[in-house]
Amino acid sequence: MKDELKIRVVKGPDGVEFEVEPLKDYYCEAAPTVMPAAYIKVVEDLFNWARSESIWILGFGTGCGAIEMRPLMTPRFDAYRFGVQWRPTPRQANLFVISGYLSTKTLKRAIRSYEQMQNPKYVIGLGSCTINGGMYWDSYNTIKRLDDYLPVDLYIAGCMPRPEALLAGFQDMKKLIRAGKAEGANLYAENFEWYKANQKRVIHDWDMPDYNW
Amino acid sequence: MRELHTKLKSLFPVGDLTEQRSDLGFVTVPQEHLRAVLVHLRDREGFTHLVLLTAVDWLEAGQFQLTYLLSNRSAGKDLGVRVMLARDGATMQSIHDVWPTAATYQRELREMFGIDFPGSPRLHEEFILEGWNDIPPYRRDFDTLKYAQENYSERPGRVTHDPAAHMKQKLNSGGN
Repeated sequence: MKDELKIRVVKGPDGVEFEVEPLKDYYCEAAPTVMPAAYIKVVEDLFNWARSESIWILGFGTGCGAIEMRPLMTPRFDAYRFGVQWRPTPRQANLFVISGYLSTKTLKRAIRSYEQMQNPKYVIGLGSCTINGGMYWDSYNTIKRLDDYLPVDLYIAGCMPRPEALLAGFQDMKKLIRAGKAEGANLYAENFEWYKANQKRVIHDWDMPDYNW
Repeated sequence: MRELHTKLKSLFPVGDLTEQRSDLGFVTVPQEHLRAVLVHLRDREGFTHLVLLTAVDWLEAGQFQLTYLLSNRSAGKDLGVRVMLARDGATMQSIHDVWPTAATYQRELREMFGIDFPGSPRLHEEFILEGWNDIPPYRRDFDTLKYAQENYSERPGRVTHDPAAHMKQKLNSGGN
């Protein structure tokens, strides 16, 4: 374990010494909980309509597929006309596009980012690498099935899918959200133990809290 | 390139010159003379730039080959200096004091090939891999497919075709 992650005693600015445990999340140790639907269907439908019309993507490119997202921000493809935009931090985003292959090292960061996103949140797997490993099927450091580690709502196939395919994927995502079928975050909360066990099986140096937002 | 090789040969027990191009050649040097050759090339022959330091795993011969690629900018010439190492317990003297950039290459070689460079700075810090628990992955006896199958779950239904046979069948069944 790295030195900065070990339990240590720190002296505060007021002279009081206290023990710090870096791997402990002092703000939230509770596991994620399932978000219940609204009390009337018509209200939930309204919520889902609103959610579907404001898709804010986390600007985190995990693999080569990230290059296909750049053209979407330009006038040629212009994803903003569909109410899709990119945000720099997980706190401001509700859609995580895993863009291409995901090495175990990046998976660790992807999990942290996903958990830091606020509900409602969705995950799109982009490219064949996230579906079955793609060309990295025999790689020693790349995962082959994204839905073992994060709850995926939608896959966009291709190697790489072109920006048009992404736009079509975003439209499908909207339909899923509007139909109330994009329940990935709840799935993650329900099967939290299973996801954590899968994640820890491939991330050998787990040096972060189990759940952190 | 030939002149340089003749000059080197008179000073050190270097091997034959392999001329890839008129401006790119390779020589093999015994392990214990490497440092002297590199310092000589840097200070006397104008090879001031270490382009890269890389390794090849000759599994059958039980050897690692290290290649120090040097560049002489003003003459526009590149020279690769090769060293053969025993594969078991591979250890090589560090040249981080000759070129500081070599320390990064040596860290990578330690992690990916398991070659030790005693005294090289930050050698045992993780370079690319995190929490690696197997033999170094660039060694040829490391079975990457087996490792992937054991560690990463597969989605059923993936089919692999031999490209040649598949295309032949596809074209023939197309009615042409």
